[in-house]
Amino acid sequence: MSKAKQVLLNPIFNDNPIALQILGICSALAVTGTLYITLIMCVALTAVVTLSNFFVSLIRNHIPTNIRIIVQISIIATLVMLVDEVLQAYDYESSKTLSVFVGLIVTNCIVMGRAEAFAMKNGPIMSAIDGFGNGLGYSIILIVIAVIREFVGAGTFYGIEIMPLTTNGGWYLANNFFLTPASSFFIIGFTIWALRQWKTDQIEEPEFKISKNSLEAKETSV
Amino acid sequence: MNNDTIRKTLIVAISLCLVCSALISFSAVELRDLQEANKTLDKQTKILSAAGLLVDDKEVSSLFNSIEIKIVNLETGLFDSSISIEDFDESSFSRNPNTSIELNSDTDIALLKRRENFQSIYLHYDNEDLNAIILPVRGYGLWGTMKGYLALESDLQTIIGLEFFDHKETPGLGGEIVNPRWKAIWKGKEVYSDAGDVVISVIKGSVDKRNEKAKYQVDGLSGATITSNGVTNLLSFWLGEMGYGPLIKQIRSMESVDV
Repeated sequence: MSKAKQVLLNPIFNDNPIALQILGICSALAVTGTLYITLIMCVALTAVVTLSNFFVSLIRNHIPTNIRIIVQISIIATLVMLVDEVLQAYDYESSKTLSVFVGLIVTNCIVMGRAEAFAMKNGPIMSAIDGFGNGLGYSIILIVIAVIREFVGAGTFYGIEIMPLTTNGGWYLANNFFLTPASSFFIIGFTIWALRQWKTDQIEEPEFKISKNSLEAKETSV
Repeated sequence: MNNDTIRKTLIVAISLCLVCSALISFSAVELRDLQEANKTLDKQTKILSAAGLLVDDKEVSSLFNSIEIKIVNLETGLFDSSISIEDFDESSFSRNPNTSIELNSDTDIALLKRRENFQSIYLHYDNEDLNAIILPVRGYGLWGTMKGYLALESDLQTIIGLEFFDHKETPGLGGEIVNPRWKAIWKGKEVYSDAGDVVISVIKGSVDKRNEKAKYQVDGLSGATITSNGVTNLLSFWLGEMGYGPLIKQIRSMESVDV
């Protein structure tokens, strides 16, 4: 596999920012109620992380070490504000629903993490590819969560009615829990479990093991 | 070249700031017209929707031409032409001590803290006759202020619709205030009792149709008692003496003179 391809595809399943690095969970909880809003958020984040990686990498040899975080944040914040302006101009309904969460992309650990860990050390094109790959990795998990939440919570898929709700005269009693952000915790947890069953090298060593109790320990030492 | 000299640090910091701010200013100015148009369109859609005037295949802006906007003085209930519609801004008027009053705990049932002295209201005429009056209303729900429009028929008694355009209620529970099925219940409900008190309320559970008070009652939202109470409170406030009460009295007295 060429390096570019590896940089692009690795973050999707092998090194997923949400499922393996457990970054960017906040927006994965907040904006996954309906699939359409989630897709807008995914596009916004992917655009920001790709471009921020590109621009940070472009000026990486000129960034003074003592203000490097400030420089990165300035670039990211500028891009986020641009995305927010564009969204308000071209998709007002979504921008109203997403409200602060577009602005909060600034604090998304994935964007900052990729700028600091990758873009500061690699060329602009490679950094942009890395940003795009991480955006895809983020998107894929968000889409999985959103599809499950929307289906169980509202009986719809991308706004199309699959199971008619009892409130609309149908037979399906919606599970309101899936409309609350807390349900994402469970879905993310199960997604991580499923991913690690498939890619077993992602399973972490336990941080500590329970030792034998003192009595048994004595017997074995004797 | 060493990046960590003070000179280099300043050069990088200042030029980055200039480039970033130039980009943001440029995009803000370029996109402002579109954004403003979106906001106006959204507001007009909600006003038309509250009055049941939204037609699928017609442009919102052309439908909105049939609506007349008036500024009303909430103290006296009279129309006030000294303030232009462009200058009226609800949020700045309600914060400015010169154009608003502080509400005390007895009158502030919708938890607004301050109430502006002027409001913009919308009138829809059908061949010279008043057909609908659309009043902006707002009040506190569970998580934040719910803002909406209440449309009344020309008798100023029967509801045409209630439409919320901004709220922070829980999706699926309090957020159901924007559910089309729930909104449909409001049509035909009445707001004032024979004695003239505001009696419309969102009750707990569903309305018993045989009850004589049924026309003043709306089914509660299950799992959203506080939001439901918030809706009742904001209607009581805005239809009462501190809200549009004086305006409604004025319009009624004008009509009786005409007859």
